Amino acid sequence: MAKRFMYMNTKAPYGTVYALESLEVVLIGAAFEQDVSLAFIGDGVYQLLKGQDTQGIGMKNFSPTYAALGDYDVNKIYVEKESLEERGLSLDDLQHLVWEDEDEDWAEKDSIRLVSRSELADVIDDQDVILSF
Amino acid sequence: MTTLHTVNKSPFNDGSFDACLGLAKSGSTVLLFEDGVFAATTGTKSAEAIANADGVTFAVLGPDAKARGVEGKIAEGIKVVDYDGFVDLVAEHDKVHAWL
Repeated sequence: MAKRFMYMNTKAPYGTVYALESLEVVLIGAAFEQDVSLAFIGDGVYQLLKGQDTQGIGMKNFSPTYAALGDYDVNKIYVEKESLEERGLSLDDLQHLVWEDEDEDWAEKDSIRLVSRSELADVIDDQDVILSF
Repeated sequence: MTTLHTVNKSPFNDGSFDACLGLAKSGSTVLLFEDGVFAATTGTKSAEAIANADGVTFAVLGPDAKARGVEGKIAEGIKVVDYDGFVDLVAEHDKVHAWL
């Protein structure tokens, strides 16, 4: 039976390696056909910002990879509203992530779900496995 | 004595930005780099604190802001410098206080 896996993303990209490591584990985990959810809280919300350009710091810009998650059936991406607001950000500042629903003639649907802290707490409560990065 | 303070941690996860602001004297400069650049983005408490810090000059390392997609969100009045500008700041001040 598939287990429900929640990956908690709590740190900004590039300053530490956590964001990249999380993404790699998520993609590996997706190959095992588990029920995968991602949450972005705290500085983790910075991982999804549009317009990242790492040419000047000599590091790989891995942000385009988030757009590929839908192709791996990773389409439950929870972003905590309070964390965005605290940082002066809104949903418009984030990449528009979508997935195609094969049960509805490949209709394109949004992957990001903007949730409050208490809503996210309920989502986390429903998981079988929680991995924090 | 003029001091260049450098802060490389996010103000949301670490106390170094607040600690630096509390001890930075008038005439000093604070350079925000790596995850420290988030302190300079508009709509945050840290940007408000920067606006209220009289006599202290603030700068952000441009390549780090650009990498993180926040180059367009740096609050007004905060200088954006490149790596050469970072070196110039070090040379212009008597000492560097690297906050960790």
